[in-house]
Amino acid sequence: MMSGLLFDATRCIGCGACSAACKEQNALPLPIEEKTTAYTWTVVENRNGVNIRRLCMHCLTPTCASVCPVGAMRKTASGPVVYDADKCIGCRYCIMACPFDVPKYQWDRPVPIVGKCVMCFSRLAEGKPTACASVCPTGATTFGERSALISEARSRIAADPSRYVDHIYGLEEAGGTSVLMLAGVPFDQLGLRANLPREPLPLLTWRVLSKVPDIVLIGTAVLYGIHWITKRRDYVRHVEGAVEPPSPGRPRMGGKKSEGTPA
Amino acid sequence: MTIAVSIPRSRGVGFWTGAFAVVLVAFLAVTVVRFTRGLGATTNLSDQFPWGLWIGFDILCGVGLAAGAFTIMATVHLFNIRRFEPIVRPTLLTGFLGYLFVCVALMYDLGQPWRIWHAMVFWNPHSVMFEVAWCVMLYTTVLALEFSSIVLERLRLDRARRILRSVNTPLVILGVLLSTLHQSSLGTLYLIVPEKLHPLWYSPFLPVLFYLSAIGAGLGMIIVESHLSGRAFGRHLEMDLLEPLARAMVVVLGLFGILRMRLLAQNGALSTVFAPTYESRMFLVEFGLGVVLPIALLMWSRLRTSPAVLVTGATCAVLGFVMNRLNVSVTGLERASGTHYVPSWMEMTVSVGLVAIGFAAFALAARYLPIFPEPAQATAEHGEEPEAAAAVHG
Repeated sequence: MMSGLLFDATRCIGCGACSAACKEQNALPLPIEEKTTAYTWTVVENRNGVNIRRLCMHCLTPTCASVCPVGAMRKTASGPVVYDADKCIGCRYCIMACPFDVPKYQWDRPVPIVGKCVMCFSRLAEGKPTACASVCPTGATTFGERSALISEARSRIAADPSRYVDHIYGLEEAGGTSVLMLAGVPFDQLGLRANLPREPLPLLTWRVLSKVPDIVLIGTAVLYGIHWITKRRDYVRHVEGAVEPPSPGRPRMGGKKSEGTPA
Repeated sequence: MTIAVSIPRSRGVGFWTGAFAVVLVAFLAVTVVRFTRGLGATTNLSDQFPWGLWIGFDILCGVGLAAGAFTIMATVHLFNIRRFEPIVRPTLLTGFLGYLFVCVALMYDLGQPWRIWHAMVFWNPHSVMFEVAWCVMLYTTVLALEFSSIVLERLRLDRARRILRSVNTPLVILGVLLSTLHQSSLGTLYLIVPEKLHPLWYSPFLPVLFYLSAIGAGLGMIIVESHLSGRAFGRHLEMDLLEPLARAMVVVLGLFGILRMRLLAQNGALSTVFAPTYESRMFLVEFGLGVVLPIALLMWSRLRTSPAVLVTGATCAVLGFVMNRLNVSVTGLERASGTHYVPSWMEMTVSVGLVAIGFAAFALAARYLPIFPEPAQATAEHGEEPEAAAAVHG
């Protein structure tokens, strides 16, 4: 079973209880900032009069987990994408690559780490919902199994088509996410990217990376072959009585067979 | 030491030593700020723009401009075109210093550089960065081994040199393979942001484009480096060697230019090339400087055989290459990030300082190591024993 969150922008009143609960649950320093930072993992933004939550989307195939050279980001079976600060070297590729601009960095610290929503994975392990969902007064954020949340979202759209745009954000974006969103206006007006591919982004790099073993094997064979042919050509020329291969600008060592100058 | 006689002396030391000292002091001061106060206090990087000058210039350009080393090693040792041997050593030195520059710059850019060894312990083969880390690490080792041959020669440790010589071919092949992998992988890094990188630079063929342009810029860098060291040490340009390199560069740049146009046509961005946008202007400067101008200058042998035109063409290619890498890593990402990134003076100081240290290291190495070939009569004039001369010049 994979857990997720459903955020319904039409139900959100922008009270910010989710941000406060998140701070407390994850022992993050106050204040609650206007935008998400390494110290504020979720906020409610008001865009064009619509309250929209910002939080990690917990992709099914996370870009951050794919790009991290030391595997500090990891998708857990229960849904959350978690971060192991003890592994992180601070290359910030996750921040650069995330299609939802979620991971943030502690720019103000000499020993910095990344900060992002981890879907309260320790609460999930105890069988509890996320802190944000448990405090939401209007049910704008609900916690549940992803497939159940998709059914719920579909029935909400079907029950009141004038209230919603017919789009569950996160159903297919970047291969699908564990966090799903509903809204009354198109999502690109809410600061969410509308140009994301339907396939997981890590496929784009894996298509190239998966060829590395072939490049190494074929490359070795070709390069050794070229070396063998050119050496052989030299040898034949030498045996047939021609002069030694020229080595301009450099006096040759007396007596020894000229191998040229190695590096 | 009899060999000291044949070592080239540099000219105009006064001004450059002074400038170097100023840069070095600023560089050291910024280093203290960087490691005591963190990245935020030092750089103009932010959550919206997490990669800046140190990635775009120090890493991407540093690695690319050092590509001459593997190109020349392959030319001389695999394709067995021995006449380029006199430029092997200076090119190797440039390459080795280039990679050391990259490694040191990475220490500034990483949030926790003391954990760099994590990449060797915690593996993630799905990460391009992981592959780049391993390739750069291994290739720097290869370059160090190839370069150590010159040091061993200077120290007259002939047995150690013979051991190195016996593994020369596998080393060169390993170097070419590793370079091919990570030069292209620096382009692969940007494949994962199709929604962010501007269509003038995003392409599924970014790895191929990065590989081709690195070879072109590496060749250009050999010419630029020959010109600079020629001026510094009062040597003549080896036109008979650099002219064919320029020809090869024209071919590579032509190939790159055609592929670039083809890919722009494919993703529909070709029509935006002359659009009145910031990105289009930057693209035109990049393409004009890095592809059109060098090809125009170096295509005809009458122009190419003039040292001034040769050096100008190569310099354009190198600058255009730097523009290309900065456009991929900065310009092309600005619109999607919603911010405008200009590096802080401290970021620039680190980059300039590292380049200056690289130049100084090159000058020192050229003075104390057998880097440049000497005409045979020059050594004879100084009355060296033939055997000692042979040991120096190998």
